[in-house]
Amino acid sequence: MALKGNLKDVGLNQLLNLIYLAHKTGALTIHRDAGSVAARLYFKEGKLIQTALDGQTARLTDIMVQVGKLTADQAKAIRARSKVDTDKELGLLMIQNNVLNQADIIQGVKNYLLESVYTLFTWHTGTFRFDPNVLPAEERITVAVSLDHLIIEGSRRVQEWEHLRDELPDLDVPLKFAERPDVNIRNINLSVEQWKVISFINSRNTIRQIASFLKMDEFQIRRIVYGLQTAGLVDVLPSTLTPGASGPVPLPPPAPPPVGRGVLLRVIDRLRKI
Amino acid sequence: MQTVKMVVTGPFNSGKTAFIGSVSEIPVVRTERRVTDNTRAVKDQTTVAMDFGRITIDKDLSLYLFGTPGQKRFDFMWEILSEGMLGFVVLIDSARPETFREARRILDTFRTYSNTPFVIAANKQDDEDAWPPEDLRIALGLDQGMRVLPCIATRKESVKAILLELLYGILENVAEEQPVPARKR
Repeated sequence: MALKGNLKDVGLNQLLNLIYLAHKTGALTIHRDAGSVAARLYFKEGKLIQTALDGQTARLTDIMVQVGKLTADQAKAIRARSKVDTDKELGLLMIQNNVLNQADIIQGVKNYLLESVYTLFTWHTGTFRFDPNVLPAEERITVAVSLDHLIIEGSRRVQEWEHLRDELPDLDVPLKFAERPDVNIRNINLSVEQWKVISFINSRNTIRQIASFLKMDEFQIRRIVYGLQTAGLVDVLPSTLTPGASGPVPLPPPAPPPVGRGVLLRVIDRLRKI
Repeated sequence: MQTVKMVVTGPFNSGKTAFIGSVSEIPVVRTERRVTDNTRAVKDQTTVAMDFGRITIDKDLSLYLFGTPGQKRFDFMWEILSEGMLGFVVLIDSARPETFREARRILDTFRTYSNTPFVIAANKQDDEDAWPPEDLRIALGLDQGMRVLPCIATRKESVKAILLELLYGILENVAEEQPVPARKR
């Protein structure tokens, strides 16, 4: 029986926790938006063993390039010698040619798997589906990664997300350049993403619109805007939303109902017979 | 005539009315009204005040079952309904994970009203999209000690099993007068 739902209801961290605690084996497929490409995570007995992003499982040589253990030229040379193009063969070729040893390969794959999942923690909407007992194709490498550290890191990232959301609760407001003569702009180095956001700042563009233009999700735009804000470069107009009314204050627990054991036994006996 | 009371709560459309209807000896007193907000996509009518069912135990004793309103804007009724209850059932639609967080909120709220025993019923287990009870327990972040029981609220035997489990839990909290009977369904 597949488990299905939406990330906004059951977050990735909760899903990983479920898979970890229940020692599940199977494939977790996540679609960020309807019709978009999916991320697929494979698990065996509660451990992450492989990921497939954008619908494709990366070959071992591509993984090693991505984690910085091989150059593109080395990867190309290894692939040229490969006959059957399985990860097992590619790994053996790397070891036989003294390019990498087994420990390097395993660590590289682990790092790749972890980074793949970390990117998914920025997905806060999207549908998921867990299909039990579905395993990856045999020709691609699997390395078992325990989920406990992943879950802790996931929690940290979720907390960061929540902090950013608290700091920037409303994205439907425009940004403006701060008027602070004390900020020395020459000493500030901006990332490419920050420059992109800055290029869209005017009184007509809301933060949400800027994110939409730049194809950034809410986490990314909040992180960038928060960074610019704390650097004293931009100001966010205050939200006009009023805080919601607080809920009712719970009363102290009432005394337990004065019902004896005899009454309960009569109820149980009757209920069994209906 | 002595009466005892149990409360059936849970998110909107979790099956509370069906649950009570499966075991009540009287037609359930329903206070359903046509839905006028965006929950209408899920069902046309919902319980706006409460459901009421009854099981006559003997000539001197009756068990009343109260179902709470499912929509959040009627949650002021919860505390009123919880007064004097023996225990409560939190019903969850196992096939709608979008309601799990709300179910957890309801459970936490009811636990602040009273320290009476409760059971969590993973309803709609006959739905092919239903989450298994154990997965649901983990997803809700419930302690190992909190059991989530499988349930199909439209089936009398299933509802009886949930209520009996709750009653055994209540019995364990009552001072000993007689031995506890073996659990059987």
